[in-house]
This record gives sequence, C-alpha cells and structure tokens, in this order.
Amino acid sequence: MSKTDLTRRGVLRTGAAGIGALATPVIFTGAATAASHTGFTNAPTGRNVTLGFNVPQTGPYADEGADELLAQQLAVEHLNGEGDGGCLNTFSSKALRGNGILGKKVTFVTGDTQTKSDAARASAKSMIEKDGAIMINGGSSSGVAVAVQGLCQEAGVIFMAGLTHANDTTGKDRKANGFRHFFNAYMSGAALAPVLANEMGRDRRAYHLTADYNWGWTQEESIVASTEALGWETVETVKTPLASTDFSSYITPVLNSGADVLVLNHYGGNMVNSLTNAVQGFDLLSKQVNGKDFKIVVPLYSELMATGAGRNIKGVLGSMNYNWQLPNNGSKAFVRSFGEKYGKPPSNSAQTCYAQVLLYADAVERAGSFNPCAVVEALEGFEFDGLGNGKTLYRAADHQCFKDVLVVRGAENPKSAYDTLEIVEITPVAQVTYPPDHAMFGGRSATLGSCNPGA
Amino acid sequence: MDSIILQVLNGLDKGAAYALIALGLTLIFGTLGVVNFAHGALFMIGAFCAVFLQRVLSYSRISIDESQKDFLGNPLKVETPFVEIWFGPDVGGSIVDWSVPLAILFAIPVMIAVGFAMERGLIKHFYKRPHADQILVTFGLAIVLQEIIKYFYGANPIPTPSPEAFIGSYDFGVMLGFDANRIIYPYWRMIYFAFAMVLIFGVFAFLQFTTFGMVVRAGMADRETVGLLGIDIDRRFTIMFGVAAAVAGLAGVMYTPIVPPNYHMGMDFLVLSFVVVVVGGMGSLPGAVLAGFLLGILESFASTTWATTTLPGINQIIIYLVAIIVLLTRPRGLMGRRGVMEE
Amino acid sequence: MLGLKHKDATLFLIVAALAVFAPFFMNPFPTDSGLAQFNAGYPDLMQKFVIFGVFAIGFNILFGLTGYLSFGHAAFLGVGSYSCVWMFKLLGYNVIPGILLSVAVSAVFALLIGIISLRRSGIYFSILTLAFAQMSFALAYSVLSNPAFNLTNGETGLQVYSSDPQIFHREGLPDLPHLFGLSMRATSTLDVGPWSFQFNAGYYLCAIIMLASFYLAIRIFRSPFGMMLRAVKSNQQRMNYTGLNSKPYTLAAFVISGMYAGLAGGLLSAVDPLAGAERMQWTASGEVVLMTILGGAGTLIGPILGAGLIKYFENIFSKINDAVLHQWFALLPDGLENAVVAVIHPFVGKGWHLTLGLLFMIVVIFLPGGLVEGGQRLGRALMAARARLRGGGREAKSGAADGQPGTPAE
Repeated sequence: MSKTDLTRRGVLRTGAAGIGALATPVIFTGAATAASHTGFTNAPTGRNVTLGFNVPQTGPYADEGADELLAQQLAVEHLNGEGDGGCLNTFSSKALRGNGILGKKVTFVTGDTQTKSDAARASAKSMIEKDGAIMINGGSSSGVAVAVQGLCQEAGVIFMAGLTHANDTTGKDRKANGFRHFFNAYMSGAALAPVLANEMGRDRRAYHLTADYNWGWTQEESIVASTEALGWETVETVKTPLASTDFSSYITPVLNSGADVLVLNHYGGNMVNSLTNAVQGFDLLSKQVNGKDFKIVVPLYSELMATGAGRNIKGVLGSMNYNWQLPNNGSKAFVRSFGEKYGKPPSNSAQTCYAQVLLYADAVERAGSFNPCAVVEALEGFEFDGLGNGKTLYRAADHQCFKDVLVVRGAENPKSAYDTLEIVEITPVAQVTYPPDHAMFGGRSATLGSCNPGA
Repeated sequence: MDSIILQVLNGLDKGAAYALIALGLTLIFGTLGVVNFAHGALFMIGAFCAVFLQRVLSYSRISIDESQKDFLGNPLKVETPFVEIWFGPDVGGSIVDWSVPLAILFAIPVMIAVGFAMERGLIKHFYKRPHADQILVTFGLAIVLQEIIKYFYGANPIPTPSPEAFIGSYDFGVMLGFDANRIIYPYWRMIYFAFAMVLIFGVFAFLQFTTFGMVVRAGMADRETVGLLGIDIDRRFTIMFGVAAAVAGLAGVMYTPIVPPNYHMGMDFLVLSFVVVVVGGMGSLPGAVLAGFLLGILESFASTTWATTTLPGINQIIIYLVAIIVLLTRPRGLMGRRGVMEE
Repeated sequence: MLGLKHKDATLFLIVAALAVFAPFFMNPFPTDSGLAQFNAGYPDLMQKFVIFGVFAIGFNILFGLTGYLSFGHAAFLGVGSYSCVWMFKLLGYNVIPGILLSVAVSAVFALLIGIISLRRSGIYFSILTLAFAQMSFALAYSVLSNPAFNLTNGETGLQVYSSDPQIFHREGLPDLPHLFGLSMRATSTLDVGPWSFQFNAGYYLCAIIMLASFYLAIRIFRSPFGMMLRAVKSNQQRMNYTGLNSKPYTLAAFVISGMYAGLAGGLLSAVDPLAGAERMQWTASGEVVLMTILGGAGTLIGPILGAGLIKYFENIFSKINDAVLHQWFALLPDGLENAVVAVIHPFVGKGWHLTLGLLFMIVVIFLPGGLVEGGQRLGRALMAARARLRGGGREAKSGAADGQPGTPAE
C-alpha cells in the first residue's frame, strides 16, 4: 500500500488552508501537503469539470427545485455546445465558446436540500467531498443559501446562490466565495414603494402579516421603511408562525384595525394560503376602508406561488427578479431555448440559476483558472448584459447583483397558464441601489472576508 | 368586543376542522387499538379527490387558435372543457365551478374503498403487534401515499376554489348592531362548520342508535367478550375503518377551498390531530370533538396581537402548552377512559 | 474483555472493526466507475453514520429497555448542537468544551422534561415529549432568534461570526472546529489502484466517541440497572407491587438517553459548526424512532444499523438523477434503456422518500424485529444448513431464537 495524495480529485481540507494543514499531526498530513500542486479544492484534472446542483427535491419547494434543475441542465448543455446555445449568443462577454469550461466538458451532480439547512449542507458536502464538485449552485430559501454559502467558504469552493431573497445573504452573512444574482428584500421595497404610492396614493395605512423567521423580518423591515418614506403609515405588523396553514385568525383583525392595505410578507405555501384566505374567503379586495378600495400587496412573487393561489392573485401587486415576458434579447433567447426544450416558460428561480451557471463558467474562462480566488476576482465588479435582466453589475463590495427590478401584478384575464403575472414596471437599477454598508445589510461590520481556495 | 366575537368564530371554524380530523383518528384508536400515522394521508387523499374531480371535469379539448400566440410565438392552444362543449358554457361552467361539493359524492365511495383496502391489506396484520410496529408501518404507508400523489400532482399547492356563490363573506356585525365590516365571516367557513357538525352528529348517531353501532361500542369496551358471543366483530371493525377513512377524506375535500391542497398537507395535520385526540382522551369521540373546539378557540385567541405582545411566541406553542397542562392535570385527557392506551 | 461477556465482547469488536475500517468498505467501488454512486465512504456521510448511531443507541436505552416511546428526542439533539456552537462562539473552536457542554445542557434539559413527562405513560408520555420538542422547535425557529435576544439565529442556524469573542482562539489554530489543533476537516487520502479512500479526523473522533457510547450502552444493558428497566417494560405494575419505585430508574434512563442525544448534537456541531432549528422538529424526533425500530428496538446493534440505513438513503439515493441512470444503462438499446430508466426514475432522486417509505413497510411487515432479526434469520438459516451438512453442530448462537419477535435480545 502506498500512501500518495489523490491528485485526480481535490481533497477537502481545512478552511485556513496552510495553517490547518501544518497544524495537523503527521499521521494526517502524510501526503497531503506534499502533493498539493493543484492549490485549491477539487481542482479538475481530468477532461471533465463537475458542478454541483443543490436544489430542493422533496418538501413543499420540490417543484421550484425541479424548475431550477431544468435550467441548470440547460445551462450545462449550452456550455458544452449542445442545443441552440441560448444566452451564449446574447451574453455581452464572449469568453464562452460552447466547448465546456476551459476546454473541459461540464458534468454535474444533483442533490436534495429538502429546504433544511442541515440537509442542504450534507448534500453540498457530499458533492464536494465525494463527487469533486468545484461550484455549488441552487436552492430556494435564504436559510439554506446562508448555510451552504458558509460551507462553501470553509471548503474553498464557489457558491452561486439560487433563489434567496433575504438581505442577509449578501448582508451580514456575505462571504467572499458566495455570489447572489437574485434580488433582495431591500430592492423589493425600493422598487415597489413608488408604484404603490402611485397606484394607491400616499395616505395609505398598511397592515403587515409577516412569516415569523429571518427572511420575513428583513422583508417587513424593508417594505415598512420604503413605504413609510413615501408617506404611508404602518398600522400593525403581525408575525405569523411558519407552520400556519390557516390564516383566518390573523386576517380577521385586519379590517377592524383601520388599515386599507394588507402586505403579506409570506413566501411559498404561506403566501398561497394567506392570500387565498384573504381574497377568496374574507373577500377583502371588495371592501372599502377609509373611503378607499382595500388592496393587498405580496412583495415577493414567484410563478409557482401565482399558480398555487390561482385567480386570487388578480390585481395583486408584487415584485420579481425576472419574468419570462421581459422583452430584451437575452430574455428572448433564454425563453426560446427553455420553452422549446421543456414546453413551458422558465420561472424566475430557473432564470437565476441558469444565469449563475453561465456567469460562473464565464468568470472561469476570463480568469483562465478554476481557482476560486481567480473566479472571485473575475466576478467582482463584473458588468454584463444579455442574460435576461438587462445591464447588470456584480458589485465587488458584497457580491450582490445590481440590475433592474420588476414590479408585477396578477393578470386580470390570463390567456394561458403561464401569463398569470403581468409586468407593471421595470424599476431602474439606480432606484434600488444602496451602499454596501447599509444598516439593513449588517452595517459597517459586515465583511466578505477573504476568498478561500481550500486545499 | 367585536374582535372577541371574531376570534370565537375563528375558533369554532378551526375547531370544527380539528374535531373532524381527530374524529376518524380516535375512532380507529378506540375500535381497533391501532396507532394510525397514515391518518393525515387519508385527509390528504380526500383533498386530492376534489383535485382529481376538478381535473376530470375540466378535461379539455385542445384547439389551435391561429389568431393568438403562445409564449414561443407559436399559435395558441386553447383549452375548452368537454363539459362546456356538451352542456353549453353556462351549465358546463357551473359543473366545473361546483367541483368541490360534487367531490363529496365522489370521495365517499373512494375513501371507504381506500379504508377497506388499508384495513384488510395491511392494518389487519398489525392488531397484535406492538404500537411501535404500527407506527413504523403506517408512517411508511403515509410516505408512500404522499409520494404517489406528488408523482402525479407535483409539490405545488393546487387552487381548488369553492363555487362562485360561496366566495366572499357575510357581515355578522351589521346583524348584531356593529358597523359594517366589523365582523365578517366567509360563507365557505360557515358551510364547513355546518358540514362538520352534521358529520360529527351523524357518526355519533350511527354509533348510538343503530344495532351496528351498539355492537361496535360493545367491541370497543370488550372485544373478547363480544367475540365470544359469536359476533363477527372484525368485519364490523373493518367497516368502522372505512367510516373513519371517509370522515377524514370528507374533512379533506371540504378543506380544499380554505387551503389549496398539496401533497404534504397530511403530515402538517398529523401531529396536530394526535395532540387533539390525546387531549380529548384516547378513543373518546366526545373528547376528540371537545378538544378540537377547545384547541381551535385557544389557538385563535393566542394569535391576537394582545396575546402575542403579552407573551411573545405564545401563538406558536399554545397547542402544545395546552396539551401538557391537560395531560398533567387530567391523566387520561379530557374524557378518556381509564386503562385505554396507558400501557 | 473489558468486563464484557464473550458474546458482547465479540459484538463490540465487530463494531469497532467496522468503525475503524469504514473508509475502506464504505467505498467498495472504484472512484470512476458507474457504481461509485453507491460509495458512502466520504467524510460527511461517515460522520453522520456514527453520530446518528450515537443518537439511536441512546434512544434505544430509553425505548428499547423501558418501552417508553419518546417523540421529542430531537429537542435534546438540538439543544446539544446549540450549546456546542455557543462554546465555539464564546471560547474558541476547540471541540472538547463544546461537546462537554452539550452533554451537560442536554442532561439538565432532559431532567426537566423527564420529570414532567414521566408522570404519564404510554401514548400520553409520547405526546408530552412531542409537545415539549415542538415548543422548543417553534421557539428556536422564531422567538429566540429575535435581534434583542438572539440565542439560536433562527432559520439561518447558529454559526460563528468573526465578531464573536472566541477568547481562547489563537493565531495558528484552525479557523474551524479542531481538537487541540487537529482540524475536524483534516482528511488524508489513500489511493489504491482505481480506488481512493478518505480518512477524516472528524470521523475518527466521532467513531471513537460512538464506540465509547456503545460500550457504555452494553454495560447498561447488562447491568442490574438495565434489568430493572426491562422490568419496567414487561410489567411496571407488578414491579410497583413488589415495593420498588420504578420512577427513578425510568427517569435515569430518560436522562441518559437525553445525554446521548445531546452528545450526538454536540458532535454534529463539532464536525460542522452550524446548528439549525429543524434539528428539533418532530420529523427529526420521528427519524430516530424509525432508525431504532428499523434496526431492531431493544437490540444492541440494531439502532446503529437503522441509523446507517436511513442516512444512506437520504444521502445516496437522493443523488441518483436521470442523467446518472442513463449513464448506467447506456449499454442497453435505446428503447430498453429509456424503459428501464422510466421504471427506476420514481424511486430515486427526488423520489427517494418513496423508496424509504416502502422500505419501512417491507421491513416491518416481513421482519418484525427489524434488520437485526433479518440478520438472525439469515444466520439461523446458514447454521441450519451447516448443521444439516455436518449432521449436527452447535445450536444457533442467537439469543432471540425463542420466538419473541418483538423484542430480541441483541
């Protein structure tokens, strides 16, 4: 038996690369330090490079995960030069040529996050430790995103977040190895508020129902701040348990409170249920309060939620990261590619995963290396266009993408199952930009730390 | 005052749902002595009976409309439900609209069949086995059932609205002399409450006033003696399992307009229904109903702003807190009998 | 050996050998082969095997011996995890204080919950423990993570930030959990031909602790105390009539098993410094119940097997996607390939729950004593076959050969 270091595949070692390796006793270092000529975790040495797609496949977000997976597979096809190339044709950076990444064929492994931090980390670890994945992408909740991002930072691989909307992901929990393309709660508030003021007037009284966990709170904080800045009054903010299915006891007091707008800071099943309760049950949208028509706002929309809530979303305003109806060239190319392959338009979580995979591949090409630190450098401050959202900047200070935000409304008369939402306004990026040390984003104490290439 | 009335209404409505779900569970406990972790799955299957019927009724003929474009720019496929083609848009439309109430008729035979199949095919072999084995096998069954539903219907909730006529709410406040919009309550929730009451009293009457029910009650009290009298108690217990499944299923059907069903909803209610049954007292039907209403009303009041500001988080834990207090002060639950499931 | 009878010593040595050589036999397939998908020999999963082994061993001390079915053991796991991460935050990344505190805190927690819950028995006890655990989960997920008093960090999970005190943290120590400088992530890899085997420091620490816990469990099972607990299970009333108060014994068993759960929680944090609230959810409590019953409640080795099997399904089956399936069956003709993939598809990847559910049913229907009984039957069949061949021979060694399928002794 010879003791040699595995060179084909990277070896996961301690976060503080050198220090940790040196500090380990002899029996464990053995070959580990000797042959680390690759210099970073899971350096691809064969003809293939492996990406890890970590999405919810069981539990309430399984359909969203399935959609993300479709988009990720599409991205891999395009990277390998199969299919019609999709956004490779419209992407402003021309580094990708459809021959894989740095000439290596792209392969992928998949895992199930179960929308639980523990399971998501276990799944990501198995991709890193067993399958040699060099980048992890996907997910549909902020808790999972923050947990997996932290893991990737420790392990020394890149994390390209999927759907995660809480401020913390690129706020107080930001990490050098993690990147978020999706927008965040602050942006939702900043984009929505002017539209709300415009459509409903400035003297509105809002009642918030907020899912009682981290994402809900940041969302509520953001919306309250931006609506109050425009003259709205916040009557009450009520936290609802995540496990609630029937929201009647939270909705009954709304009308009596003198509020004339109900803001539902809910996501997924919570939002579907609370909106169904409010509209179909209590019929709030037909009421008149303070001489005004009662309104409901859902700050964060997704296509699947719109489907789940059915006709109850009619006329209800909200915001999105992306919608397939966006008319720009990148969006059109992506929708055509996705639609022809899968027979339906992509959801906004699918789009963010697709874009993230391409962005990662492109950064590697431009950096000329899979080394996470080189990738981080290539992505920081990167300006691009043609991936569906228009002109976008990956800000160096917090690894958050800055781009236009969509304000959408539940369509009155959808002609198919796919246009249940219509775009009301494309809020320009300038309006949703904030300083990296904004108080909602961890203030001055929030830092990225330094990039970790791992082994 | 108005907010108290509102929360009482909410509590009665929630309580009706809890009681209905717990009723079937406690029936199975009481008669068969089986800890059925698949009971939530029966509730879920009932809800998907409504989804299934809705899908069947709106099964459509697909025609190509050249004048409109779909998202890829191809001609739009327009779907017209066959019932609208056959019966005209008005009648056909209202058939689709009434799919949830119609699903009640559909769900009864389906759920009884599911119950029979479960009891004869699986549960029967577990009467003599320890409760732990019963838990494992019924939990396994629950997972299998919900995965099957997920395979066909996906994980996303599916909107199943009530008929148009029942959308909206009734203004109780005006009736009681309050201003408009002070006390409003949705029609469908009132129907749910009434439906639950009818079902609960139906089950009670069935057990109380029929010979069949008398034998089942005798069997619950002393299975062996009833068997010695030459009565085929097993067959009756099978029928009771079918009845329990039907009650759970109907609870599910009627719940769909309140909360759009997903494959996971059974698990969401499983823990709660066990708590209700245990608080009520194992195997006690009136206990389950009483506990259902008690927990429903307390939960509603715990979710008021007043309660949550006084005791933060009280709305998250009230059910469990009540369960602990009841179990410590009344050893066998509110109305449980001595010696049932206490080994 | 070590105060164990011959049979127990053999069992212990087998488990020890399995734990030590796990990196080899968990990776039976060459790394680049199609079957490498079934390899489980990577640090994270091996750690999970032994940690949940500890959890299940402890649960079995309560459930297997006394018959008290707790549906809230995940609460102790969660409390242990949080305590350990808090030690990381306050003192630094050395795992020893964290693990010690997690055991201590969970012991206190178990004592409090035990005193109250054990006033009832049967299903009422189960619901009481469930209620406590669900309350802990709900509070940890939301209220206890409010900005003013952030004990758990809620949805995101408790983790170490660079602004935390970490008073014993020194330059030169790993920035991750470590044992006096030995990082829990330290892994060295051995290549033998096309195979590669990973040896991870965190895994071996957990494995050693698991073996110690296992040894302790054997001693408890064989002690007069263990006998007393079995008496509680078989007939508590009769025991009380003989003048013995069974309460202290059951309470002790409850606290011990709570400490095992807390230890497991501490170890989870020690190998991965993030503690999420969902560790306390009822599904997590249910999982350990299932592990124990699946493996064989009341047996020594059963819970470890059950834990391993469930974690294996969760981590291995969930990763088999259609692309992998197509790769496996690429040699078949196209039509047949697609048909085979279509048949397997519902059971793997996003359908792994289905396979798990079916497995629960099959095991409990056909092997009432769990996997251990399966092994015993197999062993007996082999013995019988050998006996037939040799015309006689020793009797089957199994202790459960006397027709008590519900509670075999090993």
